[in-house]
Amino acid sequence: MGIEGIGARVARKEDKRFITGAGRYVDDMVVPGMKHAAFVRSPHPHAEITGIDVSKAKAMPGVIGVLAGKELKADGIGNLICGWMIHSKDGTPMKMGAWSPLAVDRVRYVGDAVAIVVAETKGQARDAAEAVAVSYKELPAVTDAAEALKKGAPQLHPEAEGNLIFDWELGDGKATDAAMAGAAHVTKMHILNNRLVPNAMEPRAALGHYDKAEDHYTCWTTSQNPHVARLVMSAFYNVAPENKLRVIAPDVGGGFGSKIYIYPEEIVCLWASKKTGVPVKWVADRTESFLCDAHGRDHITEVQLGFDADNRMVALKVDTIANLGAYMSLFSSCVPTYLYATLLSGQYAIPAIHANVRTVYTNTAPVDAYRGAGRPEATYLIERIVETAARELNVSPAELRRKNFIRSFPYQTPVIMNYDAGDYEASLDAAMKAVDYAGFGKRREDAKKRGKLRGIGMANYIEACGIAPSAAVGSLGAGVGLWESAEVRVNAVGTIEILTGSHSHGQGHETTFAQLASGRFGIPIEQVSIVHGDTDKVQMGMGTYGSRSGAVGMSAIVKALDKVEAKAKKIAAHLMEADEGDIVIENGTLKVAGTDKNVPWFQVALAAYTAHNLPAGMEPGLKEGAFYDPANFTFPAGCYICEVEVDPDTGRTEVIQFVAADDFGNIINPMIVEGQVHGGVAQGIGQALLEGAHYDPASGQLMTASYMDYTMPRADDLPSFKVSTTNTPCPNNPLGIKGCGEAGAIGSPPAVINAITDAIGNNDLTMPATPQKVWAAIRAATKH
Amino acid sequence: MYSVNYHRATSVADAASKAKGEAKYLAGGMTLIPTMKQRLAQPGDVIDLMHIGELKGIKVEGKVVTIGAGTTHAEVAASAAIKAVCPALCHLASHIGDPHVRHRGTIGGSIANNDPAADYPAAMLALDATIATNKRKIPAGDFFTGLFETALEEGEIVTAVTFVAPDKAGYEKFPNPASRYAMTGVFVVLDGGSVRAAVTGAGETGVFRSVEIENALAGKFEASALDAVTVPADGLMSDMHASADYRANLVKVMAKRAVGRAKG
Amino acid sequence: MASVSMTVNGRAVSGEVEGRTLLVHYLREHLGLTGTHVGCDTSQCGACVVHVDGKAVKSCTMLAAQASGSTIVTIEGLADGADLHPVQAAFKENHGLQCGFCTPGMIMAATDMIRRHPEGLDEKTVRAELEGNICRCTGYHNIVKAILAASEAMAKGGKAKAA
Repeated sequence: MGIEGIGARVARKEDKRFITGAGRYVDDMVVPGMKHAAFVRSPHPHAEITGIDVSKAKAMPGVIGVLAGKELKADGIGNLICGWMIHSKDGTPMKMGAWSPLAVDRVRYVGDAVAIVVAETKGQARDAAEAVAVSYKELPAVTDAAEALKKGAPQLHPEAEGNLIFDWELGDGKATDAAMAGAAHVTKMHILNNRLVPNAMEPRAALGHYDKAEDHYTCWTTSQNPHVARLVMSAFYNVAPENKLRVIAPDVGGGFGSKIYIYPEEIVCLWASKKTGVPVKWVADRTESFLCDAHGRDHITEVQLGFDADNRMVALKVDTIANLGAYMSLFSSCVPTYLYATLLSGQYAIPAIHANVRTVYTNTAPVDAYRGAGRPEATYLIERIVETAARELNVSPAELRRKNFIRSFPYQTPVIMNYDAGDYEASLDAAMKAVDYAGFGKRREDAKKRGKLRGIGMANYIEACGIAPSAAVGSLGAGVGLWESAEVRVNAVGTIEILTGSHSHGQGHETTFAQLASGRFGIPIEQVSIVHGDTDKVQMGMGTYGSRSGAVGMSAIVKALDKVEAKAKKIAAHLMEADEGDIVIENGTLKVAGTDKNVPWFQVALAAYTAHNLPAGMEPGLKEGAFYDPANFTFPAGCYICEVEVDPDTGRTEVIQFVAADDFGNIINPMIVEGQVHGGVAQGIGQALLEGAHYDPASGQLMTASYMDYTMPRADDLPSFKVSTTNTPCPNNPLGIKGCGEAGAIGSPPAVINAITDAIGNNDLTMPATPQKVWAAIRAATKH
Repeated sequence: MYSVNYHRATSVADAASKAKGEAKYLAGGMTLIPTMKQRLAQPGDVIDLMHIGELKGIKVEGKVVTIGAGTTHAEVAASAAIKAVCPALCHLASHIGDPHVRHRGTIGGSIANNDPAADYPAAMLALDATIATNKRKIPAGDFFTGLFETALEEGEIVTAVTFVAPDKAGYEKFPNPASRYAMTGVFVVLDGGSVRAAVTGAGETGVFRSVEIENALAGKFEASALDAVTVPADGLMSDMHASADYRANLVKVMAKRAVGRAKG
Repeated sequence: MASVSMTVNGRAVSGEVEGRTLLVHYLREHLGLTGTHVGCDTSQCGACVVHVDGKAVKSCTMLAAQASGSTIVTIEGLADGADLHPVQAAFKENHGLQCGFCTPGMIMAATDMIRRHPEGLDEKTVRAELEGNICRCTGYHNIVKAILAASEAMAKGGKAKAA
């Protein structure tokens, strides 16, 4: 390592601690006097709580306290909220049902928290949690969103009649209907987007510590955005005012969206710490994670795509029911609306688009953003129906896409988004070349000789990242602004700390963010440290999700670095008696351009702090902060092609090759970007082939509540991926970055399903395409 | 996990003497410990059998194979002596669980537990093995009596399994995509003209011999002999991963593949 | 309670534990070796893999008492002083980790895998051998690459010793 700037494929600085077992995750934290918590959870999908008897539990060995919902409410702890207001098309606000961190009189899904037990050991806490006697009066339950909307369905919240949270629309319905009516060909599909469980490998955890002497709380939590957690816990849950609450998200073992939200457990651990007088640690086991982490996706959609006689798209009409589970999670309302319907134009020029979205309560875990969040649902819809249309129209799927690509930018879609830059043909061409599309026919023949069905499928995704311009999202209902902050502290000897409101839970910020400063000032990357994840260290930040850390978080750093550079140049000019405009930075020195006069970086830093010889009126020090609010979303796009072989005897699908050609704009560290694509694609292949959360409709129980029944992608389920990038820089941020964190999970599911349906000759296939389903689909196709 | 007392046995007799009440024998623990962790089993005492020398080891004399109950899957998978006479068993052992599980899990533990999706029971039944315990010898055909049920009596300990290596044997399984246990596994044996085919992972009452497969293979021990066979779905398990019909199909397909890979 | 004594990363340790204490909890909570992680309850994710008497084992599926008398190596004991083990180095070099949570188990599984395959490894074998280790971040691409690279490096360096 040394000076490693933008574009360098530098190995990660943070790896050392992780590969030696020295990472510090919440469960690794030990605070003097710390005790352990277990939650009592509802075994029923829907029931009234008629009584809670904690007497037996309180008498168990090691038990320090048993606390339930009534005490929580008596102490004024608030209900959990959804922070994005959506209005129905009739103008009424969304119907938010009450969600108490500990249920008081009713439970609404299996896993709903009812009480907390604090004990000397985790084992004792669990023993006692089993001894808490909760009396339930069971109520009828509903787990399927379409069923929940039917007359006579069990009702979850008095606030939401018919379980309907909102009935929302986007686009011009009349124009879309008219264009559809005049279409030469209309392709129609019924599409399901399967419910997923995020499954970060580190289960969620919280350690709450109330310091009586200071009347101050500290919360160590597995969070992607500790500052938002502090804000929400202060402003809405009345845990403590912000100046009395410190939130620390140390090393966090993956998030994928599931660790954005503020969950009941961290609130309850903080409150319980004050109640019991001891620091309280809770760590989820995997089954708790399955039951209680926010799930993702779960859409039911009717979609129609109309074409004119020349195969140009004329109209897209979408009617979606989105399952939001038993309660509205923090950002649940924006996922099936502004992160979904706004992307329905895909990469195509479609003059008329209309989407209607109904969101629904069911007796299931809350559903919120999971890697991609709305954009995978949109992409799956478009890329499945475009592929299907190509088959119906008997034209090549690539050519049908090519014919309808948006080709000039900026491009205003009929669904809010204004695409700033892109070259969709470039990624399509790159992907087709990488996969050897032309040679597929021969490969299919070869496979046939081996008794295998080979298929190929593509998907051309677009997404909106870098969320987001604060005023824009504010006008759409967001309760927060989506800027980011940064502070660059140059120390007296020239080393640098960069404080950021972004949070790294696998993304490698400690390396990529450091590259910005190392390259700019010509100092070794080891001399740049990234500080994040602690509200006492970083003043305020909005955190990491929506592929925003690059486009927004790094842009804030760039702004702060600009200020530092400007001041450093002033100091250097003063020291060398030169004009500030003539100062350039090269290899760790500030030089007067065209001369051999120079002063090393560290001397400029030192001068800033000794303050013996600064320009008149200049304040000492070299530390600058910045807030960056993006001017627009960014629009990463690309083409993914999947080639599969299906074993017709068993229905098992093998992914033979998977090609990703992405346009992420400029790239800071290609190694890390490739890693993001690999991981995203694996999750997308997981959604397409393996993963599905399944509630038994009769019992309301989550049948896939462990790795015994929920299929996590394993190494032998996946191939090595062929990834490449094309680049149209984003014109809206200083680095030209678009974001890369979610693309893989967005673009891959339709590519996989398009490939399997191509292989088996039956388009009627839902995700996950398990061997059993594919086998049945093959049999159904041969019967016709 | 509920509270439990741990006891380490030094011999089979010592283990048997320690067994009382709700005590459970603990071999590799690859099923028992996870079950206890999930609070689905609550033995007050566990008796560790892994330090008993007399339960260890593999002996092959001519075609007679004896495997000590405490022999791990990894040891069976890697045994050159077994491979020389019955490679199908090594193949089977090398595909149980994952490498870490194979380092701990034992043949005795697997058959005593008789998980309906475990691999070894199919091999024992098809190989017509004899299960030796500290009290008696039990033919495999009598040993596996139902889901997680065996002929073992209270306190009885499996000490070894013995079988005569057949002319040919083959095993093929289709794993459950999530758990990787057998969703259907078929062990086929050709021995002196007689054919045995045992199926695991599919039967509602656990491992069973498939009459249809055996009859079809009796004339000709070749995969093609199974082309026309229909395996009935009656009596097969149905769950969210695989319907009985799908499992019936898998029985046939896995049987064909097991025959295809069968070796002596 | 049960008395346990074992050698962990070359150090003799002993103590009294509850009978139900799993090896992973003994390592994490009693010895402070928090590099070994717990990622599931069903013995499938492999975040807890350590070496017990030279073999990769899931420390979440073994009572501490069962391990009494054994020699244990955890992720903290893999490096030779300041020198990273070749598998650790390969994971870093090949970006074989992102969030780092599965990484200790992956590395312990990989060193065991390389030990068991002195003949060398290919991609298919590595993928099959990783059945007991789940990663959610990397899509395994760079983990496979790292293990293949480490296997080659260790063969070249003649260092394919049991770690």
